Amino acid sequence: MVSWLHECLDYMKLNTLTLTETIAKLRHKEITLSDLYTDIHDEIAEKNGILNAYLALDDEAVRKAEAVKELPLAGIPVAVKDNFLVPGLPTTASSKVLDGFMPPYESTVTERLHKNGAIVVGKTNMDAWAHGSSTETSDYGPTKNPRNLLYLPGGSSGGSAAAVAADLCIAAIGSETAGSVRQPAAWCGCVGLKPTYGRVSRWGVVAMGSSLDSPGPLGKTVTDCAVLLNVIAGRDPYDATTSDRPVQDFVRGISRGVKGMRIGMCYVDHPKLHSTPVDHAVREAADVFRKLGAAVDVVRLSENGAPNTIVTPDYAIGVYTVVQRSEVSSNLARYDGIRFGHPRSAFGEEAKRRIMLGTFTLSRGYADRYYIRAQQVRSLYIRNFRKLFDQYDILISPTSPGYALEHGASAKSPMFGELEDMLLEPSSISGLPGISVPCHRDISTGLYLGLNIVADQWQEEKILQAAYAYEQATEWNAWAKR
Amino acid sequence: MNDDTFEPIIGLEIHVELKTASKMFCGCKNDPFFAGAPNIYTCPVCLGLPGALPVPNRRAVEWTVLLGLALGCEIPELSKFDRKNYFYPDLPKGYQISQYDQPLAVNGRLEVNYQRTTNLSAQAGNKQPSERTIRIRRVHLEEDTGKLLHATVDSPTSPSGLRGAGKKVTLIDFNRSGVPLVEIVTEPDIRSAEEAKVFLKKLHQIIRYLDISDADMEKGSMRLEPNVSVRKKENGKRKKTDALPDYKVEVKNINSFRFAERAIDFEIRRHIGLLKQGETPVQETRGWNEGKGETVSQRRKEEADDYRYFPEPDIPPMRFTKNQIAQIKNQIGELPDAKTERFVTQYGLSGYDANILTETRALAGYFEECVRVAQKTKEHDITPKKIANWMINRQIDLDEVMPAAFVERIVAATHQVAIPEEELDRAIADTIAENRKAVSDYREGKEQAVMFLMGQIQRKLKGKGTPDAILAKLKEVLR
Repeated sequence: MVSWLHECLDYMKLNTLTLTETIAKLRHKEITLSDLYTDIHDEIAEKNGILNAYLALDDEAVRKAEAVKELPLAGIPVAVKDNFLVPGLPTTASSKVLDGFMPPYESTVTERLHKNGAIVVGKTNMDAWAHGSSTETSDYGPTKNPRNLLYLPGGSSGGSAAAVAADLCIAAIGSETAGSVRQPAAWCGCVGLKPTYGRVSRWGVVAMGSSLDSPGPLGKTVTDCAVLLNVIAGRDPYDATTSDRPVQDFVRGISRGVKGMRIGMCYVDHPKLHSTPVDHAVREAADVFRKLGAAVDVVRLSENGAPNTIVTPDYAIGVYTVVQRSEVSSNLARYDGIRFGHPRSAFGEEAKRRIMLGTFTLSRGYADRYYIRAQQVRSLYIRNFRKLFDQYDILISPTSPGYALEHGASAKSPMFGELEDMLLEPSSISGLPGISVPCHRDISTGLYLGLNIVADQWQEEKILQAAYAYEQATEWNAWAKR
Repeated sequence: MNDDTFEPIIGLEIHVELKTASKMFCGCKNDPFFAGAPNIYTCPVCLGLPGALPVPNRRAVEWTVLLGLALGCEIPELSKFDRKNYFYPDLPKGYQISQYDQPLAVNGRLEVNYQRTTNLSAQAGNKQPSERTIRIRRVHLEEDTGKLLHATVDSPTSPSGLRGAGKKVTLIDFNRSGVPLVEIVTEPDIRSAEEAKVFLKKLHQIIRYLDISDADMEKGSMRLEPNVSVRKKENGKRKKTDALPDYKVEVKNINSFRFAERAIDFEIRRHIGLLKQGETPVQETRGWNEGKGETVSQRRKEEADDYRYFPEPDIPPMRFTKNQIAQIKNQIGELPDAKTERFVTQYGLSGYDANILTETRALAGYFEECVRVAQKTKEHDITPKKIANWMINRQIDLDEVMPAAFVERIVAATHQVAIPEEELDRAIADTIAENRKAVSDYREGKEQAVMFLMGQIQRKLKGKGTPDAILAKLKEVLR
């Protein structure tokens, strides 16, 4: 019996396990931490040189893992985006400005992971300062899409998404301002969850767009993301914008199904998407939900958010750009060359562009036309969603306008990320939670598409429920179908 | 000293460090002045490290509202923090968390009643009562900056690890970074340097009454910035339109009320001089140089500053209910003006005396405690008026003497005074006549004999008079 089990395990390398499986197998002593870390590190040694998913690794990870006793995530190897401060590992946010910066304190998210027994195996690559949607703008070189090395992993949490997709970790943490978790999850073919703004603490996360930044999990399955969210969510006295509403167990109700759910299908009638692969994929997903007992309606696009319409995402690009650049220009001011060892000339092109644009949009005489105007339009989107959620439990849409693009694509447009994330920006500027699950795979390229599921503020359980039902009913997630 | 055809227009900006236990946005100790070494009261928040977030100090917010209410301000239902973006090495985040368009308190006023030195007879020191209302534009809350120290490295191996003797360096101490700082801004209602000084003293007194700041100018916990400009009156009268001059000069680096007065006077004279020559003073920031007794130009404002204010996204807006504001209002307690008035009516003090005794809350409290003790002793001749006179005229260290002991002294002294001279003389003469033996014993050198005589005298006086005074008189007679 035991030898038979070992034989099976020989076929399945332990790094390919999902978070849920790993927890169960460790608990039942079917696997050892030593074997788990050997497989993880072997995989990293083999693939990270090509993928460039990790910027730094903790050599002590296995020893730390074995020292943990009896905790929910005891010994679980988690990859963490490089904008989270983790003592013992450098934190650079992929910018040379912070090259070699050893953080003297810890982010709340990783502290909660540690308290629950998880181990940060390494820090993952990202667009420098999280400015981008390709991970090409990292000062430490681009990350490659593990599904097809010619393609981008998306970003800015591209390193975390690639590490999950390539089984270089069991699960990962990223952060999203508008799309930075969900878009790389979609492009790499894994699951990415952006919680409600204020659900997860930003303490110890290098700030990008402070009114938008939301740390979130990237996992192999929907349940894996729910498990991580359980650990990282909740009020933090160190982040005044976190909510003190109680955090429910997101795993418990995950398999309730979608029967009776009212679902709105959005953006498929957008001129840029009409008759594209994402259009088809989302319509197919709608059919899946209908078969599972949900009522799915098409929500038409509008300019003004008239009843039963959704405001076109086109304006959200402008709103998001102005708000985020303004906040960036202020947030990056502390890297003034006095204290962190590197001069301001170490900023890359994209950061400089954002600082300049944000400085302009906040300037006297222009703030009214840009920053204040953007906030007004932002409330238009918020009001529109509020009305839609009177009618619908969840909204579904494509995560991204298409498949992953080839390397070099981001350099062609300074607005690359804003365009790739246009379908996520309206809900992000409204603070809403969303999840991206694989919903199609192109057989010739091996690339995935993502289905984006959004709910009203604090309704993460609804999107997890729908995403889980979809994952179980379809063939797209190989980890979930084993 | 002001030329009658010109009118000074003065506004004040006052910064006050609150004496909360911890800093404005973090848990670090708020005690920059007494910190034993640089950078010991610091953390990721007040050092502006990556990923650090501010969490506002509730007490600092409440104290700012308290001050606003004490200054007759309205407390808007909604207030928020904003980022004021500018670069300076003592500002670790590259922005100061401050308040821009929705301060915690607005539209207040402070009555300033004083004896104005009149223009015409300044030399004679003539005074005229003046009652003015200075409007308070706003009271808002922000954070203090760190401190720069320009130093020369004195040894090749200094303890701070700096190398190269003689090298000029700038060091940053972040102990003060993030200390809660209240800014009070007046409308340009002040019309003389003297009036500015009286206003500042009164504001200082209120802040000390509220017990929210040391407001110690030498330590920098209260900082004054007058804005001065001068406008021409038409035919010696104020212009009908209330138009302000199209320039103003801000004076910084002032650390006493007297220097504020002198700096403002200097500016007024300088502006009048320029205006008389047909020039308009330049809009600029000047610093007060006490050694020279003059202001010096520091920074000309070519353009208006652009701080690129925007709402602080890390801190949710603050909302106050009427109930919360009422609760804070209850904490104000009796302010100096009300206390002075009460001292006059309740204790029958003169306005002058009442003013002196209400200078600080501690002094006023001491006085009232004395009155209470005196009432208990049932010594009806120890009136509040008498206590007031004693407190004002006798230089007694009130920190050393408790009110009860102080009252005892007054009682004793009062009794001494109550013995008419001839009564004491008669008692001494009678005692000497009746006790020849003791007198001769004393004169032969028996010191203790005098104590016997003392006892006899005191018996005759029925306990009145102080022993010291009786003894002195007795010895004088015996000599």
